Amino acid sequence: MQPQATNMTINSSVSSQTAIWLTRIKRSSYIFPLAGLIAVSLVMIVTTENFLSSDNFLNIARQVSINAIIAVGMTCAILSGGIDLSVGAVMALSGTLMAGTMIAGVPLVAAIFIGLGVGLSFGLFNGFFVAYAGMPPIIVTLATMGIARGLGLIYTGGYPIDGLPEAFAFFGRGSLLGVQTPVVIMLLVFVVAYLLLNKTPIGRYIYAIGGNEEATRLSGVRVARYKLLVYSLSGFTCALAGLVLSSRLMSGQPNSGVGFEMDAIAAVVMGGTSISGGRGSIIGTLIGAMMLGVLNNGLNMMGVSPYVQNIIKGLIILFAIYISRERKKRR
Amino acid sequence: MNTVLRLEQISKGFPGVKALTNIDLSVGKGEIHALLGENGAGKSTLMKILSGIYQPDEGRILVDGEERHFASYNEAVAAGVSIIFQEFSLIPDLDAVENIYLGREYTNSLGFLTRKTMRAEARALFKKLGIDIDLEVPVCGLSVAQQQFVEIAKALSLNAHILILDEPTATLTPSEAEHLFAIMRELKSRGVTMIFISHHLEEIFEICDRITVLRDGNYVGSTDVADTNVDNLVEWMVGRRLEQAFPPKPAPQINPRKILEARLVQLAEGGPINSFTLHEKEILGFAGLVGSGRSELARAVIGADPAYKKEIYYLDNKVALRDTAEALEGGIGLLPESRKTEGLIVDFSIRDNISINNLKKYRGASPFINQRMEYDTTQEVMNRVGVKAPDPMTVVGQLSGGNQQKVVIARWLNHHCKVLIFDEPTRGIDVGAKAEIYTLMRRLTNEGYAIIFISSELPEIVGLCDRVAVFRQGTIVATLAGDEINSNEVMRYATTGN
Repeated sequence: MQPQATNMTINSSVSSQTAIWLTRIKRSSYIFPLAGLIAVSLVMIVTTENFLSSDNFLNIARQVSINAIIAVGMTCAILSGGIDLSVGAVMALSGTLMAGTMIAGVPLVAAIFIGLGVGLSFGLFNGFFVAYAGMPPIIVTLATMGIARGLGLIYTGGYPIDGLPEAFAFFGRGSLLGVQTPVVIMLLVFVVAYLLLNKTPIGRYIYAIGGNEEATRLSGVRVARYKLLVYSLSGFTCALAGLVLSSRLMSGQPNSGVGFEMDAIAAVVMGGTSISGGRGSIIGTLIGAMMLGVLNNGLNMMGVSPYVQNIIKGLIILFAIYISRERKKRR
Repeated sequence: MNTVLRLEQISKGFPGVKALTNIDLSVGKGEIHALLGENGAGKSTLMKILSGIYQPDEGRILVDGEERHFASYNEAVAAGVSIIFQEFSLIPDLDAVENIYLGREYTNSLGFLTRKTMRAEARALFKKLGIDIDLEVPVCGLSVAQQQFVEIAKALSLNAHILILDEPTATLTPSEAEHLFAIMRELKSRGVTMIFISHHLEEIFEICDRITVLRDGNYVGSTDVADTNVDNLVEWMVGRRLEQAFPPKPAPQINPRKILEARLVQLAEGGPINSFTLHEKEILGFAGLVGSGRSELARAVIGADPAYKKEIYYLDNKVALRDTAEALEGGIGLLPESRKTEGLIVDFSIRDNISINNLKKYRGASPFINQRMEYDTTQEVMNRVGVKAPDPMTVVGQLSGGNQQKVVIARWLNHHCKVLIFDEPTRGIDVGAKAEIYTLMRRLTNEGYAIIFISSELPEIVGLCDRVAVFRQGTIVATLAGDEINSNEVMRYATTGN
């Protein structure tokens, strides 16, 4: 009996690994995004001269990093069935606060922590109203978007804060082991988010809440707690993006980040995450953000006006959602 | 007496079920005719056929001696047949007048609404019925009874001479019900014919002239109210049915240990107060009609929904049970009534659905879930309850109802749980799967679980439960045990309260 039992365990473990992988591939949501990224890249290779240069690749990676970092928090919010519209404003506020406190003589590290703390607090604020007051995320985060933007403008009087200490440039302009710091930060954030979403109970709860909040609650999961966490995460990633941006510009810009929520949502949706929650992946979001970056970069090189770029982006979001709906219908 | 409505040999099937078989119904002019039967007997289906919402597979509908085919609800309404549903079809944000004339508003030659005319007509209508209603407020601001009166007025303004009332009193207080009956008598004196569906037998004796009883989609019989009594009707409704195989009940326990004790639970201020005790290793049935407050009580007790007041003892310790997470920690699990909207994440895999409240176990000291252990444990639990699926990664939405229910059960077996609440676990699943669920439930109590079993189907309450709490209008009116548990007893308490 004993050997037989051991055998069965081994067998079932082997088959379990294959079954897990098979369904992962079958249900993988990044086949379409990846195809999209390749298609967009091919178009750019054909139509522009310098697209394939290594300089340009580094360029794209760096340009993408800020939106990609924000999109990580956005992914969590959307997976849980919510959304966060306050990302751009919270990013701007965190960035200006870092710059402002630094100018006011607060030590660099402390100033950074203040900025990150403010982002986190705004996330908690959003999360409280969504999770415990039961208000719709779209309204709550729209309101905090206004509040954060206003606070940033009051704090700075509407002017950029310049003259930041040289050391601060590391986060936006420096490099670590030959890779630009923004890209390193972005990759770190994605690794952490990947582990969180795919390997921990918290990640499973986030998906489950988006899949069926009521069923999740009734099975004994403290849904409100995890929703609070999701918005806090989003606030924190915004602040990280604010750190990178302020450092890159060496300036705290109260007017930065306008319309960033659109780019972040675009990256998430183009990455195959369902806008109604429950389905999607963080890797998809990275691909989506890259796709958006390639598109921006290529259109710039082709000399397409930024105004037209907005329209193209809007159409691509529509198309991405259309495809994901069609896929869902077929299932 | 001249017959205004005749249904002859009506049959209707849905995929996999025969809902109605050869039903006859004949109703005289100005008569209030009760349609009686257990949940699932086919009353609502028959009324939907009469009002054009469903088409019969066989049989004839005769109105005033003339054969009619209602292809839609609107055609039935045009022929003077209106139905007042359990769930109202009023638009909550519009006022009574707007609702009554919805879709057929009066307009002047310029195409503008002539609100005055409509209002005056509506007012006259309400006055005739002796109803006093504020015509200015949106109907959501009216009481349930008043909304029902608006529905009736709407039907009458459509010249309904056959009015179907589908459980109109289920949500009314006794005095509101009296008001409704007064209006029904008034309508009767005006020659309106009514079909009245209710589970409350005393109401039927109070207001109705004739009764037709259905059982399991079959016609049982019709009688004048004067010629029958409660016992007789209960016998007709319950009947003698095909024996379903239930696992044998164990001998009654002597001095059983109390697992869960709910004392003085009140859902809302001024609402009914209930207490009950759940013993170890027993199946305690919550019987009663749909809407009698069984699920509501169970859910409030374990913290799935808020309660106004409650005092809960779990293994003799007082517990708060503020939410389902606390219930889970205490070892109490709920299998909700609606599998797809409350029980399962339909798009997710069996594994995800079963392990959702077990993840911490698979994590251990590490921050990450041990996915191999999770997968293998899921496979084990699936085997234990007999989920038939290729593997644990199968999407739950692809499973049959019975297998889906087993997935919900499996979620709770992976725990230190002692108490499971099954809310209508066999709804919408086939006979074979039902039997499997019954056997599984009995096996679980033998293994040491205590089960609260909420069901609207009498046979399974009678066949499976060790004790039965019978609910009527939000109150536990009786707790039966041993030989007291039979269909007639339960049905009598559920419909009359004593």
